Amino acid sequence: MVYNLVNSSMECKPREYVAGLEDRKGILEVQNLSAWYGNTLAIKHISMTIKSQTITAIIGPSGCGKSTLIRCLNRMHEVSQRGRVEGCILLDGKDIYAGDVDPVVIRRRIGMVFQKPTPFPTMSISDNVSAGLRLTRLWSQRRELEEVVEHSLRRAALWDEVKDKLSESGASLSGGQQQRLCIARALAVEPEIILLDEPCSALDPMATLKIEDLMRNLAENYTIIIVTHNMQQAARVSDMAAFLMIEEDRAGVLVEYGPTSDLFTNPKDRRTEDYITGRFG
Amino acid sequence: MCEHGYSRRRWSNRIVLILSGIAAGLAIMVLVLVLGYAVVRGASALNLDFFTQGARPVGVAGGGMRNEIIGTLVLVGLGSLFALPVGLLAGIFLAEFAGARTATSVRFAADILAGVPSIVVGVFAYAIVVRPLLSYSAFAGGVALAIIMIPIVARTAEESLRLVPNSMREAALALGITRWRAVLSVIVPGALTGILTGIMLAVARIAGETAPLLFTALGSFWGFQGLFRPIGALPLQIYNYALSPYADWQRQAWAGAFLLIMVVLVISILVRRIGSRRHA
Repeated sequence: MVYNLVNSSMECKPREYVAGLEDRKGILEVQNLSAWYGNTLAIKHISMTIKSQTITAIIGPSGCGKSTLIRCLNRMHEVSQRGRVEGCILLDGKDIYAGDVDPVVIRRRIGMVFQKPTPFPTMSISDNVSAGLRLTRLWSQRRELEEVVEHSLRRAALWDEVKDKLSESGASLSGGQQQRLCIARALAVEPEIILLDEPCSALDPMATLKIEDLMRNLAENYTIIIVTHNMQQAARVSDMAAFLMIEEDRAGVLVEYGPTSDLFTNPKDRRTEDYITGRFG
Repeated sequence: MCEHGYSRRRWSNRIVLILSGIAAGLAIMVLVLVLGYAVVRGASALNLDFFTQGARPVGVAGGGMRNEIIGTLVLVGLGSLFALPVGLLAGIFLAEFAGARTATSVRFAADILAGVPSIVVGVFAYAIVVRPLLSYSAFAGGVALAIIMIPIVARTAEESLRLVPNSMREAALALGITRWRAVLSVIVPGALTGILTGIMLAVARIAGETAPLLFTALGSFWGFQGLFRPIGALPLQIYNYALSPYADWQRQAWAGAFLLIMVVLVISILVRRIGSRRHA
């Protein structure tokens, strides 16, 4: 990649790519990120570069700030009660926390799926999938909407199971189906990056496998970042892995970040080794 | 274990049980008496003329409360028209947009407004609407009823919006939907049954209000004559007829009371049915 430094006076070093448009999809650069809830520091000084079209897993013991970190990536952290962020996150070279950036635009480019499936209970299955487009007024043609609904459900590997009951409530599906519905809903707005916050923790092993297969397929077109407390899952699906841990001051830090195979077979940090060999956490 | 202490505890338990049972029975008995009396005295006086005829002068037999029924419908309609937009938006503001401190003070103000005696609301409406316009009017009555309705609608809307799980808000925001669209298209539909319940309770409440209409709508024998003319209402007419010495008018007052109770009862039952569907 060729970077072109503009405006180096700013702390965050915004960058402008010279590369073509197709190469610009979804590169995230986290620079010295710290996040608070009120006065409580949750994560501190995290820096990492997330590659395009890969699956990056964020692992670590409970309460180490995995979810906080991922919620910072699409500016959902500031929705939390008294959530506050310092540092910067560059999306294709531009700081998403810059003053002139609308979080609504960032969240359209960086989709998110939560731990518990969250279908909108008052909407049908197809309305759920098209919700992002309809409610952002980006789409109005009914026909096109139907195509997007089908396309998104196919990509989320849910189409065959729901194609005959698209007008039923999204809440009528099983937990695993609901989670894939939420993935389809996130895909429908054509994001570049998809954040998954422990998407399988409420699902049984079969549903989990389906979601993992799905992630592998999606990684061909999307950048995927997944938070998981399941190390086997991280080892199975991810290309890159980041290990987070809390230090004495109860704030999460990035201990190690690298290719998943290296992190699991040849960890550089003692704490990573202790964790993945099951000595704590 | 002390045998003596045990029997004492058992007896005190029984006494409290009996006393609270009696209290509950008394409360229900009052309701049954009121309902029963209204049914016995009112249902017999209720006939087709009551719904189709206007009031007749003293001494002329027959007549009904058609004009007052229309008047109550107009007044409740006007009150809802004024109160619903303000009440609903205030409820949405309280639940979705206000910071903790603002919400607390606005909520406190709404609760105080809900507790203001309705006669005071009437005086207030008299001062801000009747005096400047130099006329008692249906409009003034609607304003008075709206003031009573707003806090009820706002608080019930707020409560039902708060019941929508936060994960729905986050899910909507994470799709890149703006705050306002998320509230309108995801949160409000989720709280709709609760919001409707609140609206119906508020309607039932203002349908029976008399005091705020005394010097705003004033009362009239001629039904709806225009927004800025006085208008009659069922509770007002019940008040007037019940005080009169004429047996015929008193009978009609009973019929009016019966009708009003029935309307409120039906609304309450509907509210309960909507409410139970929410938990289904």
